[in-house]
Amino acid sequence: MKLKVATCSLAGCFGCHMSLLDIDEKLFDLLKVVEFDRSPITDIKHCGPCDIGIVEGGVCNAENVHVLKEFRKNCKVLVAMGACAITGGIPALRNNVDLWDCFQEVYHYGIGLENGQIPNDPELPLPFDKVHPINEVVRIDYFLPGCPPSADAIWKFLTDLAAGHEPKLDYEMLHYD
Amino acid sequence: MTKTCTFTLDGKTIPFEEGETIMEAASAAGVYIPHLCHHPEFKPHGSCKLCTVNIGGRLGAACTNRAADGMKVDSETEALNADRRALTQMLFVEGNHICPSCEKSGNCQLQAVAYHLEMLTPHFTHFYPARDIDASHPDVLIERNRCILCELCVRASRDVDGKNVFGIGGRGIKSRLIVNSASGRLADTNMSVTDRAAEVCPTGAILRKRHGFTVPIGKRLYDHHDIAEVPEAGLKEPRRD
Amino acid sequence: MTEHNVCDLPGIVARWGKDPANMVQILRDVQESCGTIPSDTLDQLARLLGVPRVRIEATASFYHFFHAESHGAYEILFSDNIIDHMAGKEALKQYFCERLWLEPRKLSEDGLVYVDDTADIGLADQAPAMLVNGYAVPALDHARLDLIAELIRAKKPLGEWPPMLFEIPDNVRLAGPLMGEPFAPGAALQATLARGAEATLAEIDAANLRGRGGAGFKTATKWASCRKAEGEALLKKHAGPPQVFLGPLGGEPSEARFSGGDHYVVCNADEGEPGTFKDRVLLSSHADLVFEGMTVCARVIGAKQGLIYLRGEYKNLLEKLKSVLARRREANLLGRNILGEQGFDFDIEIHLGAGAYICGEESALIESLEGKPGKPRNRPPFPDRCGYRNQPTVVNNVETFACAAKIAERGGAWFASIGTAQSTGSKLISISGDCQRPGIYEVPFGVTVQQLLIDCGAEDAHAVQVSGPSGTCISYREFDRRIAFEDLPTAGAFMVFSPERDMFEVARNFSHFFAHESCGFCTPCRVGTSLLRNTMDKLAAGKGSAYDMHEMKNIMRILQDMSHCGLGHTAANPVVQTMEKFPDAYEKRLKKLDFEPAFDLDGALTTARLITGRDDEWAHLDND
Ligand SMILES: Cc1cc2nc3c(=O)[nH]c(=O)nc-3n(C[C@H](O)[C@H](O)[C@H](O)COP(=O)(O)O)c2cc1C
Ligand code: SF4
Ligand code: SF4
Ligand code: SF4
Ligand code: FES
Repeated sequence: MKLKVATCSLAGCFGCHMSLLDIDEKLFDLLKVVEFDRSPITDIKHCGPCDIGIVEGGVCNAENVHVLKEFRKNCKVLVAMGACAITGGIPALRNNVDLWDCFQEVYHYGIGLENGQIPNDPELPLPFDKVHPINEVVRIDYFLPGCPPSADAIWKFLTDLAAGHEPKLDYEMLHYD
Repeated sequence: MTKTCTFTLDGKTIPFEEGETIMEAASAAGVYIPHLCHHPEFKPHGSCKLCTVNIGGRLGAACTNRAADGMKVDSETEALNADRRALTQMLFVEGNHICPSCEKSGNCQLQAVAYHLEMLTPHFTHFYPARDIDASHPDVLIERNRCILCELCVRASRDVDGKNVFGIGGRGIKSRLIVNSASGRLADTNMSVTDRAAEVCPTGAILRKRHGFTVPIGKRLYDHHDIAEVPEAGLKEPRRD
Repeated sequence: MTEHNVCDLPGIVARWGKDPANMVQILRDVQESCGTIPSDTLDQLARLLGVPRVRIEATASFYHFFHAESHGAYEILFSDNIIDHMAGKEALKQYFCERLWLEPRKLSEDGLVYVDDTADIGLADQAPAMLVNGYAVPALDHARLDLIAELIRAKKPLGEWPPMLFEIPDNVRLAGPLMGEPFAPGAALQATLARGAEATLAEIDAANLRGRGGAGFKTATKWASCRKAEGEALLKKHAGPPQVFLGPLGGEPSEARFSGGDHYVVCNADEGEPGTFKDRVLLSSHADLVFEGMTVCARVIGAKQGLIYLRGEYKNLLEKLKSVLARRREANLLGRNILGEQGFDFDIEIHLGAGAYICGEESALIESLEGKPGKPRNRPPFPDRCGYRNQPTVVNNVETFACAAKIAERGGAWFASIGTAQSTGSKLISISGDCQRPGIYEVPFGVTVQQLLIDCGAEDAHAVQVSGPSGTCISYREFDRRIAFEDLPTAGAFMVFSPERDMFEVARNFSHFFAHESCGFCTPCRVGTSLLRNTMDKLAAGKGSAYDMHEMKNIMRILQDMSHCGLGHTAANPVVQTMEKFPDAYEKRLKKLDFEPAFDLDGALTTARLITGRDDEWAHLDND
């Protein structure tokens, strides 16, 4: 039986996913043991029951919460991948800026804006006051730091997990940048 | 002078001179005890508590407890390292540490200690405090988001530079780094980039301007070496001009 | 209206001997005359005193009662202990703010009034209480608040307010050897001089007197060690063989000038532990006993100067205490050649605190006396060898000195005959909360909690917080326990809670207290007390989970194990103990889920909803 894996990117830059693809030829080895459910790689829109869910990015808006909760509900094991998922990361640099000032700058005063309007379309995800790491919204089982974590680290982590033991990163695989 | 007294640290015999702290004696014997506010060139401080060890059944900071003949000290226990990790996590969530955008990353002792302790997440709920950056000085930047209140800059400026540029204001969780000027700006102090205080910060809170990211990833202090192997490397930071 | 004059800085600095060690006193006087501590004053002080501005700013920004922004002509601080809350403090404060059209923590629009909270002000027997420009007003109710609001609106200077507002009865309900028997000033000193210093120390030893400040350290041992310690000579770090002096580790250099190898006697009158008010009563009505105890100590250890560190909240006692000191000088009980004994010189100076519970910790107190932020020192060395101005110093609680005076007068055997073998003498208990007769009860050590509850009229009590937040919470199942060092040690607080009280809220109030009072020096306490407070607030908001309980337990263990001083070591006590003794109070608050978000998901969208004007389904989040 293959392990079913789902992945998603919330408030992240897809860098962690790029790093995941960086596993290169080992990706084929990986596909021997895992099968991808919802993921940017598969284009499946909603995740079904999975063994492992891997989340890139922190939580910056209401939609992120819906996706994250869907993952938590469906995945036996939930992994926070990368600095943004774990600490808020680069998007959290906005945490010291007032949201109102942000909107003003973007929609009212930004260069080239005239009569800018703040959009109120319900289709648009509503932003939080601050960006939060995902472990502040749901329970997380594993953390895989790095910005992004190296392909080696991801490989080591996933193969450890697939083999059924506690993932352990070597010294050089553990970094926050 | 030969040292005549000894104590044991994790079963290993450590010689010491009367008056030496456990930390000093351990470092001299090449044994690493995790620490952040301790620096061999400055007076002991004892605030970060990372160096907490078990001294004959009682917990105490290695950097402020003097060694005594025959004493039994334990440091590398699972329980102590778990608590040290928790303290490190507290330091991370108390400030705003966004390593990917930090000039100090790879050379930062806070980060290196976190690696040493295999910290995978800051774990606790982030405070996301609003803290100021002071870029007023031509050569030195203060990034308070990364300050861990170790007071090394305070000690360096006061005891080595003879200047008193830095201090800690406020109290409790609202403690903050302050500087010696009415405007509160570093530019209005007599800070100079050649001061000891400009290079002693264990984190990216005090930085020399125009030196960020000059060392490529892979060549930084802690890229390949655990801080336990280069415990003093970060302390006498080599100039990289 | 209370006019804030232009501040005569050189005058203030001169009054305090131009000594930077008196910085806290100097800053108090600056604030008293200017109403604030303006930024440029720090520069002027730096010039006048030759101290770097940054150090003055560190001190000025540490203490709760100092502020750089104006708090108007009337600064009102409501005491915030759980006992005040039980007496209706929150509603009364709101009522008061509405009457004056203002918001807490915001200077009123006319720049006249500022309202905020402050930690317990030592009036739990007369709660709720407040400080008006530092002066205590007890027993608040609507009528009193109406009157105060009127006075403020009429801009009446504080000096013209009806004195009855500031009247504070002692409420002594049960008196014993300390408070019940007459004391003739000088009696203990005469006995001491007749007996000699060494023999007096032997009496203190025979009495088995133990410190009344909470820790219960044997007083004679402390005095003997200080008596033996050398003064100035110890400063020279390596005085050469045979004795190597291991000086203080770290710490800021003292601005203090050394005044000649003296020993010092320091009386700890910081009484910051919420629910404790016995030192207030001792100082208000038995100051002679306390000063005499200090003078006896001076004789024993060979000190020339004494200091009493009086908490800022007790400013109303200052004039009274000064007049007692003056009277004692006149009677030659202080000053030179006391009672005619050649070379027996001793005097006492009063220092006021400025709103910091941590300054009750003896080494933080000494730092504060030396003009610095009240951050505990690295110990050893302890103050008995290296204290005020790095000189040998005895620090004792107010009540300890009162006991010492009685022992000097009546002998150790007499004292030892009261109480239990390990806990001799009487103890002043400050009773407050759900009882009919709150106040001071002087009882022999060994008394049961049950007996005290009967005495004060609280037969239906459900729980008692003994010795304040840092002490022990006991439930109705343990009322047969005894007040004694060997069972329930106490600094004196005894807060009673009836069955209707929510013990979770009691612990939550205390968690706020500790987070507010942490000095911030060490990581576990600086961060841990805030994490604990935040998690308690999360539970209070109905958003707690089993995960949060587990988290709190870990944080509390780290606080207990890793902290630098007693504040951090005990800061978890209320939550640890109420969790254990009143688990229902917690369980009923937990959501069934094993995990709850760390923040209010829907609440975190409020700003964005306001900005976009949206209120559709997608603009909201379920909080579970
Ligand atoms: C956080 C903290 C606060 C304290 N507050 C007081 C206080 O307000 N009054 C006091 O007498 N002792 C207080 N103490 C105890 C003192 O450090 C010290 O033990 C005491 O003053 C010694 O006097 P004693 O031996 O007469 O009790 C406090 C201790 C700690 C750790
Ligand atoms: S100071 Fe250190 S821990 Fe903080 S952001 Fe920079 S590299 Fe990371
Ligand atoms: S700025 Fe750096 S050296 Fe100074 S207290 Fe903060 S972390 Fe320590
Ligand atoms: S335990 Fe708390 S009060 Fe004590 S030194 Fe540490 S931070 Fe300060
Ligand atoms: S290194 Fe010892 S407490 Fe910081």
